[in-house]
Amino acid sequence: MSDDAHLRLLTLFVVGASFALYIGIAIWSRVRTTGDFYIAGKSVHPVANGMATAADWMSAASFISMAGLIAFLGYDGSVYLMGWTGGYVLLALLLAPYLRRFGKFTVPEFIGERYASKTASVVAVVCLILVSFTYIAGQMRGVGIVFSRFLELDIGAGLMLGMGIVFLYAVLGGMRGITYTQVAQYCVLIFAYTVPAVFISIQVTGIAVPQVGFGASLAEGGGSLLARLDTIVQDLGFASYTEGSRSRLDLFFITAALMIGTAGLPHVLVRFFTVRKVSDARSSAVWALIFISILYTTAPAVAALTRYNLTETIQPGAVGHPEGNLVYEERPGWFRRWEETGLLTFEDKNGDDRVQYYNDGNAEFAEGAAEYGWEGNELHVDRDIIVLANPEIARLPAWVIALVAAGGIAAALSTAAGLLLVISAAVSHDLIKRQLRPNLSERGELRAGRISAACAILLAGYLGFNPPGFVAQVVAFAFGLAAASLFPAIVMGVFSKRMNKEGAISGMLVGLTFTLLYIVAFRGIGGMSPWFEDVPGNWLFGISPEGIGVVGMVLNFAVAIGVSSFTARPSAEIEALIERVRTPGEDEVDA
Amino acid sequence: MTPSAYWRANLKLIAGCLVVWFVASFGCGLLLVDWLNQFMLGGFKLGFWFAQQGSILVFVLVLIYYARAMKRLDAEFLAAKH
Repeated sequence: MSDDAHLRLLTLFVVGASFALYIGIAIWSRVRTTGDFYIAGKSVHPVANGMATAADWMSAASFISMAGLIAFLGYDGSVYLMGWTGGYVLLALLLAPYLRRFGKFTVPEFIGERYASKTASVVAVVCLILVSFTYIAGQMRGVGIVFSRFLELDIGAGLMLGMGIVFLYAVLGGMRGITYTQVAQYCVLIFAYTVPAVFISIQVTGIAVPQVGFGASLAEGGGSLLARLDTIVQDLGFASYTEGSRSRLDLFFITAALMIGTAGLPHVLVRFFTVRKVSDARSSAVWALIFISILYTTAPAVAALTRYNLTETIQPGAVGHPEGNLVYEERPGWFRRWEETGLLTFEDKNGDDRVQYYNDGNAEFAEGAAEYGWEGNELHVDRDIIVLANPEIARLPAWVIALVAAGGIAAALSTAAGLLLVISAAVSHDLIKRQLRPNLSERGELRAGRISAACAILLAGYLGFNPPGFVAQVVAFAFGLAAASLFPAIVMGVFSKRMNKEGAISGMLVGLTFTLLYIVAFRGIGGMSPWFEDVPGNWLFGISPEGIGVVGMVLNFAVAIGVSSFTARPSAEIEALIERVRTPGEDEVDA
Repeated sequence: MTPSAYWRANLKLIAGCLVVWFVASFGCGLLLVDWLNQFMLGGFKLGFWFAQQGSILVFVLVLIYYARAMKRLDAEFLAAKH
């Protein structure tokens, strides 16, 4: 059997085994009540919830795209690391415990009751659905990439398969099914992520802990990895790896938007409704952050090690030396295999049969390069392939590659399922049960929940077939939208007794509309082209569309506070509700 | 302990935690990064290390501290109530 066929068979086996596990859990945990369907009957242990939250949270973007983004952005990529972990601090300090103490099913339900307004609840549902679908589109595209590369399935067939699996455990098992599959998915994905990282760290630096290894010296000599990396990338005209090149102000805003957005993402928030008591909500936030940190501290190590490996492979000799570059005919197997997917492309511009990879956008360097007979960068590497190609670049055994495929699918499916569930809960609970058909029986509501989950899966599948951009970028917008809409409404609902429905509703609408328009203006939507060119000169205060959610959030707060100050105070009942949410209940005492 | 005393104590804890959170990430990881980069931590420039490793470790420590402190505060509050 050829190596390729062997790898494919092994991958099919590993991915198939992981699917069998998820389906088994789905059948074991099927639910019969709406309490189980929406919030797993408030019975999840904080450590299990932490793990489930981590899987829910770490999406295809975290698993597949993030290390690749950092590999090419260097220091500038830190925004994703700090942004996607720092949000948990806000979540644990400002939101999770109070939402758990409130003790109902959904985020729009909290907003609806706190502001005693059906309109507020509907606006929250709209924000939630918009945020969640933006996010889910990225997941489905991730599933498609993994299937097409590793199983050589048609992306369409791969998506159908992924959708079918999610359908089974989300529709049958509801929140309970999702929780325990997410625990399993966390184990699969974290194992798949760290094993190759450990091997690569050992190969390059001789140190088994990647977090330490990427700050260590090269095993082959030549000083520290990061110093060497800085030199080799700058020799090819790229920005310094450890210092980056983007405006600090823009980085500040993107980090803030990602952090605040993280704290406002409904599929993450709802996880904290599922634990037994308020102190469990706090401790499961700690566990979630610990489990997430394992991947998020490994990712920058993978990024640096892979960038180093990649650069050394393409440019093994001195820059400018006629024999310094990789001969195309001698390219390694992973290069060949990824070329077939179209995510890695080579064009021999100067016809020397060697691969030149450098920054031809750097005019000064490109001039010097022309003297070597280089006629432009010849290699295009899609950032999304870095993590998936990583074990191949490092020549790890086939089972590691198969494991990474299963991990990527686990990351995408766990997040997609979490999102589908909050969408279905928003539709069946917040719209149908609480607005349209208050007399709906529990069985009827459960059925409505399952039907809306099924519809959401179909819509998500459609977005997967017609993806609106690459994974991390689409996902980044969901954060801006969440930061500008839901986060302020929840925080003010707990921390301000003066905030009323007029303030909250106008705040959410202004924040959401502003952020959405700014993103559409620079990035376009659907088939529509953007209104302005997406360059720093055109941006408001130099803030990119990824970071604009923070401005949207500030507008939301300002408008809400302004409007509430000249409209009526909330009633005494609302004040009592706020008091209750702020103080611990009797159930905190350990029995 | 009255509900409002409990709430004030909580707000104070939150404010303290948020200061640490801000200094570790936006401070050391972004605003002070160039200055910190003149120091080395092993093979890492210190500012770069904060941006890609240190800030995340600090976040975990902040949350552990907050969860523990709140557990004590909850116990005090509930004990006073009985």
